[in-house]
Amino acid sequence: MTTLDLSPAPGAAPLPKMVLAQAGAEVRAILRNGEQLLLTLIIPVLLLVGFSKAPFLDLDGPRVDFVAPGVLALAVLSTAFTGQAIATGFERRYGVLKRLGATPLSRTGLMLAKTAAVVVVELLQILVLVLVALALGWSPHGDPLTVALLVILGTAAFSGLGLLMAGTLRAEATLAGANLVYLLLLALGGVVLPVSAFPEGIRPLLEILPITALTDGLRSTLTGVGGFPVGATLVLLCWAVLALAAAARWFRWE
Amino acid sequence: MESAAVEVRDLVKRYGRNTAIDHLDLRCRRGEVTAVLGPNGAGKTSAIEICEGFRAFDSGLVSVLGLRPDDPALKPRIGIMLQSGGVPQAARAGEWLRLVSRFHAHPLDPQALLERLGLAEHARTPYRRLSGGQQQRLGLAAAVVGRPELVFLDEPTAGLDPQARHACWDMVRDLRAAGVSVVLTTHFMDEAEKLSDHVVIIDRGRVVSEGSPADLTGAERQLRFRARPGLNLDELLSALPPGSAAKESPAGHYIIEGQVDPSLLATVTAWCATEGVTTEDLSIERRTLEDVFLELTGRELR
Repeated sequence: MTTLDLSPAPGAAPLPKMVLAQAGAEVRAILRNGEQLLLTLIIPVLLLVGFSKAPFLDLDGPRVDFVAPGVLALAVLSTAFTGQAIATGFERRYGVLKRLGATPLSRTGLMLAKTAAVVVVELLQILVLVLVALALGWSPHGDPLTVALLVILGTAAFSGLGLLMAGTLRAEATLAGANLVYLLLLALGGVVLPVSAFPEGIRPLLEILPITALTDGLRSTLTGVGGFPVGATLVLLCWAVLALAAAARWFRWE
Repeated sequence: MESAAVEVRDLVKRYGRNTAIDHLDLRCRRGEVTAVLGPNGAGKTSAIEICEGFRAFDSGLVSVLGLRPDDPALKPRIGIMLQSGGVPQAARAGEWLRLVSRFHAHPLDPQALLERLGLAEHARTPYRRLSGGQQQRLGLAAAVVGRPELVFLDEPTAGLDPQARHACWDMVRDLRAAGVSVVLTTHFMDEAEKLSDHVVIIDRGRVVSEGSPADLTGAERQLRFRARPGLNLDELLSALPPGSAAKESPAGHYIIEGQVDPSLLATVTAWCATEGVTTEDLSIERRTLEDVFLELTGRELR
């Protein structure tokens, strides 16, 4: 039998080391989860290829120029909102959040780790989607910093909404709800169908959705037609502030 | 003077109108194993989770290693094992233990700890596919991997097979030998009797008795024997010195309590002889902790 020195030698690891360890575990969990990969990678790639190749849409210019920004926004939605809501909901249900709360990793540290994991997975998604889009003849324009800003704001807004859902509803309700919201926002938020395809009356409502703001902002930037997307940025900023504040206020750890 | 491992004074915890902890006092000394015994719903888990910093309480004083239970400085110094769960369903056993070890400055080697608890061959098995006993052992491993000063174990051997129970007991004994304080809750009397320096029996949120296992079971002895069911115990009692008690529980098993000495033994066997009763398994035993427990907390199911 191995001898273990059980004598007390307590001490917390440095915060960056703890956050890195937890973030690594979260990334592994996301990439291993088949259902999540369907939402984060497979559906976006299929939509990108399908809507760029098939003449479903009547558009000016190459179809991929329209579809790629929408699919990038969908990738952010799938990881920051859907994936994070479902994973965190089940962590809460199975007492993982409670158990982690008894370790030296603070709640702040846990949130940093979750954010880092979401960002890493998004970068992987963006890499894959950009390569596929380029292969389909995509020619992106615009300022990369504006794109980065929009992606960060979108991530913050969707993370806030996802955590709000995970921290207040039962895990099963979160699972169903997060998937439903994913589908609704995919259909309504200008991801592959332009918002102009919907009746005039509901368009103002669709335009203040965070997904629409993100698709519009990314599309106008990446097609290089507009200047800095002020409206989209403001809408995303509002969603980010409200959603994160609500999550901080109502999130229940147990 | 060094603070106690756990010091609880006049603790009250209510859930709505239900009082789960009713003016509880608890003191667990450093370097000792303290067992908290109690029937279901007695408040064991509430008490331990308050000490672990998971639950707020209504009034009283709780000090763990001299700190408030919600003090972040406490986290690295204590190890906890939840009654169940706490691990992501898809996490592999080895990865989870390694992750928890990385939150600590001087952790045990996770691989060696897995081997020690018989989990090495399951290191790559996802948590949800471990057996109940394996999940419990992983929980125990995660509680000790950070080399804490104080370990809380909430029903550590519930649902374990005998081998796993002994592995858990060995771990508790080794922790104690290494100077670690242990607080555990349990339903198992033999577990409390074998492992602990101090036993606290709680019921309905308060302490009903405490002491070392020997203190609790006392010097009092019992005469036990088996015979045909339905003996007339009133007749036997009239032959015994005043203050004796006799009961049949279950049928055919007799227990005589009182001043158990050679003359009592002679009286009982003489009475049996006149009644033509053959006794089996006649023995003089100390009360077990289970007897004490049932006496204090009653026999009714809850």
